[in-house]
Amino acid sequence: MAKQYETVIGLEVHVELATKTKIFCGCSTEFGGAPNTHTCPVCTGMPGSLPVLNKQVVEYAIAVGLATNCSITQYCKFDRKNYFYPDNPQNYQISQLYLPICRNGGVEIDTPAGKKIIGIHEIHMEEDAGKLIHDEWEDCSLVDFNRSGVPLIEIVSEPDMRSAEEVIAYLDKLRLIIQYLGASDCKLNEGSMRADVNLSVREVGAKEFGTRTEMKNLNSFKAIARAIEGERARQIELLEEGKSVTQETRRWDDNKEYSYAMRSKEDAQDYRYFPDPDLVPIMISDEWIARIKAAQPELRTEKLERYKKEFDIPDYDAEILTSSKHMADIFEATTELCKKPKKVSNWLMVETLRLMKENDMEADDLKFSPENLAKLIELVDAGTINSSVAKEVFEEVFKNNIDPDKYVEEKGLKAVNDEGALRATIEKVIADNPQSVEDYHNGKEKAIGFLVGQTMKAMQGKANPGMVNKILKELL
Amino acid sequence: MANIISDETIEYVGILAKLELSEEEKEQAKSDMGKMLDYIDKLNELDTTNVEPMSHVFQVNNVFRQDVVANGDDRDNILKNAPGIKEGAFKVPKTVE
Repeated sequence: MAKQYETVIGLEVHVELATKTKIFCGCSTEFGGAPNTHTCPVCTGMPGSLPVLNKQVVEYAIAVGLATNCSITQYCKFDRKNYFYPDNPQNYQISQLYLPICRNGGVEIDTPAGKKIIGIHEIHMEEDAGKLIHDEWEDCSLVDFNRSGVPLIEIVSEPDMRSAEEVIAYLDKLRLIIQYLGASDCKLNEGSMRADVNLSVREVGAKEFGTRTEMKNLNSFKAIARAIEGERARQIELLEEGKSVTQETRRWDDNKEYSYAMRSKEDAQDYRYFPDPDLVPIMISDEWIARIKAAQPELRTEKLERYKKEFDIPDYDAEILTSSKHMADIFEATTELCKKPKKVSNWLMVETLRLMKENDMEADDLKFSPENLAKLIELVDAGTINSSVAKEVFEEVFKNNIDPDKYVEEKGLKAVNDEGALRATIEKVIADNPQSVEDYHNGKEKAIGFLVGQTMKAMQGKANPGMVNKILKELL
Repeated sequence: MANIISDETIEYVGILAKLELSEEEKEQAKSDMGKMLDYIDKLNELDTTNVEPMSHVFQVNNVFRQDVVANGDDRDNILKNAPGIKEGAFKVPKTVE
């Protein structure tokens, strides 16, 4: 019988915190500035400059630690991790090795076999590096330090995951917790959330872990799942051939669906960590922790329960509405404006999801405002536009966040509720389609659908379908 | 000198520090480092039972900044420190991992 293998996975997740300024200086963290326009002597590593810690970074790190059931290290400090690379101007990265701010936590995930806890070994604070652009033309590299010093937390899990599904469930859980806390937007595709996957395989029942590899460059949930499948297969193949797995860092190429070795343990770097003498220790009092705990916003599980109770939203819909903080924010703000939670939920669950799928978008990319969705709902409710026109208007709200009131006015999309005008049109439709009228009188109920369609066409889709039906039946 | 630094160690430290040393410089460095380690050994003679490890020389903690943007665009000044400049960036020899 063929050997059965088990995959053992642990993750290192880097999350860019949503602070306005960098971790050790007053430079902006705003994304997309021209190269080096958000830099100063501190984040470009000039001799004699002095880093000063951004208090908000500590608060976000504590908030994430509390929400992931970690214990907070009440006396913590920063260390220097030494290495040479042009994106790291100090030749060391300020990070935490000896006393990371959070330890021994965990989050619960759902698996097909039931609930499972994924342990969190530690969470530490550190600074991001700059960005390198390789110039093929001049055969040089260009360094942009705008990202240098942007605050990160690194969340190190225990090797508790056994499949790609569990990894995705864990990442999704972390993403939602951190988004709801407001500590980061956690966008994998923009790099504000990055995951390195540590993976090994072993025979089912074995006590010892196999030799692991670390995979980098994974920037979507799909890429992570593919990389895990690919690496698992590669390691099992090596073992089946009687070879051994080398402990190394590998880079996943999602286009080629293959990973290749970046560096092996033999030339692994010796970081010579030591306490950073420029930064004084951090003392976190019980009161400080209590204050952050008290200020914790409503997290996803609480929100989900509240939607079901307060708005009578079904289970499945509440799951979808809370699956992104941004979606939940739109739902709540729109409901606040129009007081019609069911209708808001309906627009989000049906038309919004359909258009998201069509345009291959994530909920976090939704651009329309609650004001405009609320206006659209009011227009339908007041009978100003009919439901098919409403769908058309919604597409514009979705794509360009237009003002539905103005749009309907300008395009002349108001439903015709004028009975006289409708009656005249319907009389003409009846006169033009004697065959259908006859079919209807002979008991073919379907014929009325054709006549409604003809009327709508004559009215350019703007007739109130309820009224058309009523008048038609009356005239027939 | 109680601590003798081996040739391999000095070679390794040189690689980590990105320093190329001549033969004389290597001998000098080996002797200097040996003396430093001897001094550390001297400190190790002290009895530190019941003494908390020190992580900073100052008795100060919790020095923070508020999260408020204080720096504007000072790119021109910052780039004065660059070995080369191209398109607003520091130009360095090609580095690919």
